[in-house]
Amino acid sequence: MKWWKYLTIVLLLYTAVMGLLGHVPRLAILNETERNLYFHVPMWFGMTIILLASVVNSIRYLRDPSPRLDTLAHESAKTGILLGTLGLLTGSLWARYTWGTWWTTDVKLNGAAVTMLIYLAYLVLRGAVQDEQQRARLSAIYNIFAFAAAIPLLFIMPRLASASLHPGMGGNPGFSKYDLDSAMRLVFYPAVIGWTLLGVWITEVACRLAFVKEKIYEKQDKQLA
Amino acid sequence: MSLLAEIWLLLLKDLRLEWRQRSALGGLLLYVGGTVYVSYLSFSFRGGAPPAPAWNALFWIILLFAALGAAGRGLAQESAGLRLYYYTVARPEAVVLAKILYNALLLITLAIPGLLLYTLLLGNPVQDWPVYLLSIGLGAVSLASSLTLVAGIAARAGQAGGGTLLAVLGLPVLVPVLLLLVKVSKNALDGLPWDASQSSVITLVALNFIVGAVSYLLFPFLWRS
Repeated sequence: MKWWKYLTIVLLLYTAVMGLLGHVPRLAILNETERNLYFHVPMWFGMTIILLASVVNSIRYLRDPSPRLDTLAHESAKTGILLGTLGLLTGSLWARYTWGTWWTTDVKLNGAAVTMLIYLAYLVLRGAVQDEQQRARLSAIYNIFAFAAAIPLLFIMPRLASASLHPGMGGNPGFSKYDLDSAMRLVFYPAVIGWTLLGVWITEVACRLAFVKEKIYEKQDKQLA
Repeated sequence: MSLLAEIWLLLLKDLRLEWRQRSALGGLLLYVGGTVYVSYLSFSFRGGAPPAPAWNALFWIILLFAALGAAGRGLAQESAGLRLYYYTVARPEAVVLAKILYNALLLITLAIPGLLLYTLLLGNPVQDWPVYLLSIGLGAVSLASSLTLVAGIAARAGQAGGGTLLAVLGLPVLVPVLLLLVKVSKNALDGLPWDASQSSVITLVALNFIVGAVSYLLFPFLWRS
């Protein structure tokens, strides 16, 4: 196992223990749900970084096509969907206890939902094409295009919105830097790194599985021939 | 030949083809007319005119599906042999920009009679006409620019999904555009001052540039396959 995998385990254990037991400031309405900050927000960080990796791999694929890059882009997108789904679930739960509803019409929530829709559509597109090269090329094109079309939704429109329940008005769409006190920072930043590394780890394992499968198929083809 | 001259020639070619096969254009017009009439019948139970927000939302939904229908036709109807011929005589960048312009023109020709019929049957609460017409013009361009490349991908992905695939791939990409459009046109409906819509209009124009530029960059890869 590589060193960063041990780091992931340590960071996530630290996040879980300190996140649940550590000191958080007393705030009205938020109360103890504030601890969700160590889980909900880092998952979106992780998702954004992993999806960025997916797009970068798609761009690399178009420049220099190889099955390896296609697999990297595909598996990254799937990990992104996983992290995004977890982000939606934790966010929904948080909203239930602070806003009193599971879901509300808000630019940030809409942005998150649309991002999920885009990547689910990406999977549908991959399922619809039979030819491998064609599938890799078309899905790379769609990945890049959809990412470019969704950026405004995730990063620009929340900043333009006039009203939003979600924290972080007029600044970072995710949260406000003034919302954090220094004790929370000590857990929050390791949590961001930990969840992102976990995403990278999942992607790495999934890619290895895909490569092994491909090799087995190749061997079978040779035996048949 | 310069890029602009190529775009102009390709646009003229598309317009000429459309004029020769008027049945296709007629089909789309009939689709818009039919949908408007069905909406009229549905709202007649409520005693005629729908409330202003519903009036606006319904019109954009009708336009959205007209756009999906129109874009689906554009690139799908060209055979592989014809594509190969274009490839030898025209630059792919020119092809995609001409297609976007053509789709935008087509949508405007669908939207204007649609709006007239809609006004005739369901009333018209618009208070600020110039801004409302601007939003329709911008809407046609935005829907066209977002859908053209996606329609190309869906057409290339083949028979399996057909129309469904275009809708699945297109809708998530269109949501940011539609949200902005509905906001601007709702402002025009309520006769709010221009300041209220200005930032949305600018965002929309910027979004169009992003999407147009990404289409310009990616279409050659789609075209080559």
